[in-house]
Amino acid sequence: MNVKTNNVKTSFLEFEQPIAELEAKIEELRYVQDDSALDISEEIERLQQKNKTLTKDIYAKLTAWQISQVARHPQRPYTLDYIRGIFTDFEELHGDRAFSDDPAIVGGIARFDGQSVMVIGHQKGRDVKERQYRNFGMPRPEGYRKALRLYRLAEKFGMPIITLIDTPGAYPGIGAEERGQSEAIARNLYVMAELRVPIIGVIIGEGGSGGALALGVVDHLMMLQYSTYSVISPEGCASILWKSADKASEAAETLGITATRLKAFGLVDRIVPEPMGGAHRAPEDMMQSLRRALADELSHLQVKSIDNLLATRYDRLMSYGKFKESPVK
Amino acid sequence: MSWLQKLLPPKINRPVGNSRKTVPEGLWSKCPSCEAVLYRTDLEGNAEVCPKCSYHNRISARSRLDLLLDAEGRLEIGAEVQPIDPLKFKDSKRYVDRLKATQSEMEETDSLIVMQGSIKSVGVVAAAFEFKFMGGSMGSVVGERFARGVQAAIDNRAPFICVSASGGARMQEGLFSLMQMAKTSAALTQLSKAGLPYVSVLTDPTMGGVSASFAMLGDVIIAEPQALIGFAGPRVIEQTVRETLPDGFQRSEFLLEHGAIDMIVDRREMRDKLATILTAFMRTPLSPV
Repeated sequence: MNVKTNNVKTSFLEFEQPIAELEAKIEELRYVQDDSALDISEEIERLQQKNKTLTKDIYAKLTAWQISQVARHPQRPYTLDYIRGIFTDFEELHGDRAFSDDPAIVGGIARFDGQSVMVIGHQKGRDVKERQYRNFGMPRPEGYRKALRLYRLAEKFGMPIITLIDTPGAYPGIGAEERGQSEAIARNLYVMAELRVPIIGVIIGEGGSGGALALGVVDHLMMLQYSTYSVISPEGCASILWKSADKASEAAETLGITATRLKAFGLVDRIVPEPMGGAHRAPEDMMQSLRRALADELSHLQVKSIDNLLATRYDRLMSYGKFKESPVK
Repeated sequence: MSWLQKLLPPKINRPVGNSRKTVPEGLWSKCPSCEAVLYRTDLEGNAEVCPKCSYHNRISARSRLDLLLDAEGRLEIGAEVQPIDPLKFKDSKRYVDRLKATQSEMEETDSLIVMQGSIKSVGVVAAAFEFKFMGGSMGSVVGERFARGVQAAIDNRAPFICVSASGGARMQEGLFSLMQMAKTSAALTQLSKAGLPYVSVLTDPTMGGVSASFAMLGDVIIAEPQALIGFAGPRVIEQTVRETLPDGFQRSEFLLEHGAIDMIVDRREMRDKLATILTAFMRTPLSPV
């Protein structure tokens, strides 16, 4: 069946097919009701209730692999959507001043609740043309160097930084290697560790490895409920360790890429709840809940002195890792 | 292995005494590059560099440190830090089993070895990757030993050297591995603040998360000849861009040409070169010849 026929034009993921069918049925009934004398509103009401329960049930037990599909949903809000929805007076700043402007990362000055901030994020494209233009949200070195330039700019003018993370990973291309993809990422990690302004990071979709981390060395890290953060994509991991990309769902499970697991590990500070069925089903609600979370955390960070902030950031970075200490033979 | 050893259960079957030096498989060895047939002993005496064509064979972390450091006054740092399995990771094999097997095979507990010592009497802290230990992959232990090494350098006001040979982050420790990129890079900010030099030596191969963190952050970055160095692996790139990669792509010479590294140094001259560089930065008198 064509799942795109209902009026909100939601596209459904494979595991959402029962929801898609029910919604199509509701839509059909609505259509019938419009030009018939029969009152079937009660029936519609009943089905809507059923749909709600069904969605709730399905989303209550998503597997890691299903969550990573929600995180990559083609209708999921992207960085520029959040910038429009949460910030005002955004002025995009372009270019790394050395090679070019990378459309896979956007950034600029903006106001959050009237306060000056720097906002930087990965940007994916909505249609075929834009996807290509944004390189599927996979930055090249100049993207990271633009981000670096904006970090420095924010530091210079004492503006808190908010990063929005959503990338499959840094672009694996010939030019990217020639221009020092590794160095570009490494430099951002180094500089972010000692940047003298508060930094909040939000994973809004895919947190793909080093390409995500170059925007992810922060004082406070949030994840949207159905976003993912991983050292390698489930497909990549499966094809290396299982020698088959079909095992992606097993890889997703064992890699521990979901917000709940990462929060339990202490690698993520806050999970921002998403609307029922994912951020794309009710983008306005998503914006409101992220705005509240940001306001909250920003105020916490801003009462700290910069030296205290940096010491806490450093201790936090040094605390990453799980190992044992055993006497050496 | 004798018939008796074969019968013994694996726990007892551990080789005793100092058996770190592996027994050469044969008297002869063929160079993978020029195919010259070489005496194993000649190769070993030549830092595992082919005397005919200068091809650099991969070497173990301990041999590396042996080549670089003075024989006296060495102290291993962070050996007590050992891996665990926070994710209960399992692919075709459980991570804990993989670790155990590798540990007993390699007689190392993880893929980074850090030592305090000296190079021609210049005090240093040097770290070296063991590529044969799960591809030199970086997990929590690598990050912690690196950080402790950097701290020891700061405490002793000594330069820090890291010789990389790694496929990147260790998948089996998930996001903990990714965070080691941030941790190691952050540790280097403190070394910098202390005014101490950091020399990064890149050997074959230095890829992924290791390349995209401390390996590319050296005050001076040196590579061995012909080493594969890059962010993404050549196969991944080929599949993405669907074209054949140019000759010498991601090799040391390519990186030098593109301005990514300072110099390429032959392994047999590395110790001398490091001494020259470090004494210059530390502004100490030149070491006696």
